[in-house]
Amino acid sequence: MDDRRPHSERWIEVTLLIMTGLSAVAIFSILILLGYFCLPLLRADHLARVLSWHWQPFGGEFGILPMCLASLALATLTLLLAFPMAMGICCLVHFLAPRPLARFFLGLTHFMTSIPTVVYGFVSVFLLVPVMRDWLHAGSGFTLLTAALTLTLLTLPTIVLVFNARLEQMDATLRLSAEAMGMTPVQQFRHVAVPAAGQGLAVAAILGFARALGDTLISLMLAGNAAQLPDSLFASVRTLTAHITLVLATDTHSMIYQSVFASGLILFLIMGTINSLIRRSWKSGRGYSHGSDL
Amino acid sequence: MRGKCKVCLVLVGLAGMICCSLNLAHAAALDAFAGLKGTISIAGGTAHIPVMNKAARNIMTRYPDIRITVEGGGSGIGVQKVGEGLCDIGDTGRALTGAEISQYGLRTFPFALDGVAVVANPENPVNGLDTRQVNAIFSGKIRNWKAVGGRDAAIHLFSRDEASGTREVFWKKLLHKGPMSPAANIVPSNGAMKVAIAQDRDAIGFISIGHIDKTVKPLKLNGVMPSQENARNGSYPVVRKLYMNTRGKPSRIVQAFIDYIRSPAGEAIVKKMGFIPLQ
Repeated sequence: MDDRRPHSERWIEVTLLIMTGLSAVAIFSILILLGYFCLPLLRADHLARVLSWHWQPFGGEFGILPMCLASLALATLTLLLAFPMAMGICCLVHFLAPRPLARFFLGLTHFMTSIPTVVYGFVSVFLLVPVMRDWLHAGSGFTLLTAALTLTLLTLPTIVLVFNARLEQMDATLRLSAEAMGMTPVQQFRHVAVPAAGQGLAVAAILGFARALGDTLISLMLAGNAAQLPDSLFASVRTLTAHITLVLATDTHSMIYQSVFASGLILFLIMGTINSLIRRSWKSGRGYSHGSDL
Repeated sequence: MRGKCKVCLVLVGLAGMICCSLNLAHAAALDAFAGLKGTISIAGGTAHIPVMNKAARNIMTRYPDIRITVEGGGSGIGVQKVGEGLCDIGDTGRALTGAEISQYGLRTFPFALDGVAVVANPENPVNGLDTRQVNAIFSGKIRNWKAVGGRDAAIHLFSRDEASGTREVFWKKLLHKGPMSPAANIVPSNGAMKVAIAQDRDAIGFISIGHIDKTVKPLKLNGVMPSQENARNGSYPVVRKLYMNTRGKPSRIVQAFIDYIRSPAGEAIVKKMGFIPLQ
């Protein structure tokens, strides 16, 4: 400990330490509580009944695997749509567009983060759903694709802003040398910026995926919520998050209610895995940017 | 200065008296709230919301010291919230189970009769179905409107969540606990059901009769129109009671609210919102 430091700095350190400790305790207690609530599932054949492919609660079937698959399908589809778009926006902002236009696009992206989720959902119900139904003949219009398209708008700013922050940190000399070699802006983006900010790209993608996986309102309002396998883009599906919302109000002693905790635990574990992935890629990323600085 | 104040007071008093005399019946029903202060929080069944909102507005306009909040959530939420003490009145669109009553010590106050109707989009040419057709449609056996006399188009099924009282009544009294297709879209409230059906020409769903308006078309069941009249005289079979529930004996202000809903003034609201008051 450095004794010359002023008291105020010590206090800040202690406060921050307490805050961090509290958050850590909160997260661990959530995990422990979830585990505790899932204990009844481990008894007898309950676990097998929850981890099955059929959800017919009034016929005695409580499988939540269709919901797991729907969640993963929705998040993956969202990422597939949002990621190329985000790459395009970043390329445009950094290499192609004139400065005022670039500033406008970045401003717009920032603005998109401030729109409440429910507004996206509501507008989609009245604009996107009829389009899906009447033009694409996608059943009732409440489909996997409808939710994915809206979620794309929602996750786009997350991906763009994280990737953009990485690009701005990139060493200016890298770009100068590339330009001196006569590379076109698109070549610079492809062969210099993307490899140099590659870790940032991975982090942005993972964050976007997690955002899509954790979202509740969009899938509840737009995906149709039918507890069936997502066998087509135009299928009505129920995600884990929407399942929790829909089922939370049922009798607390029923198997239906217990499936909520299993869903919660599965979501928590997936998110935890994603988070540790981010941490690992950050660790190796730091080493890389040190190297490029030299 | 003092003279002016007096004039003002007299005017306000006069205005008040005129209002009261115009509204005598309703005012008398509201008298039980005189001198009461505090809040009443209501949550649960989404069919109840129009009645609760109207009653709350009448009470709060006359007695600004009383705050009444009305939330939805569904019958299941109603039981849970009132049982855990998170609200004063939990609304349900179904009778409480024995377990729910004994676990939380709930008291139940039925106040209206409501029917559950099968509804379609107003543009749909089909006007009525029989019980067998409804069963076949909701179990997923009939998938095209053509099979029941409509245009050649896929049927878009809409159902309610597992905690819905409306769904429970529909499933028990119309489908007789028959299977429901897992491919049906699920919406979380009566309001959301109305929006979904009103938007989609090929949709079919079910809704509390009190929520029916011009945006959706109730389908005749075995030739009987789902209406207040037919639910009252017993010719329309898919009916249920609407309940308010409290944990233990209700406090004075909550009791006053329950009495108001069950008074003639409350019955007028119930009737106006499309339900049938319990006599």
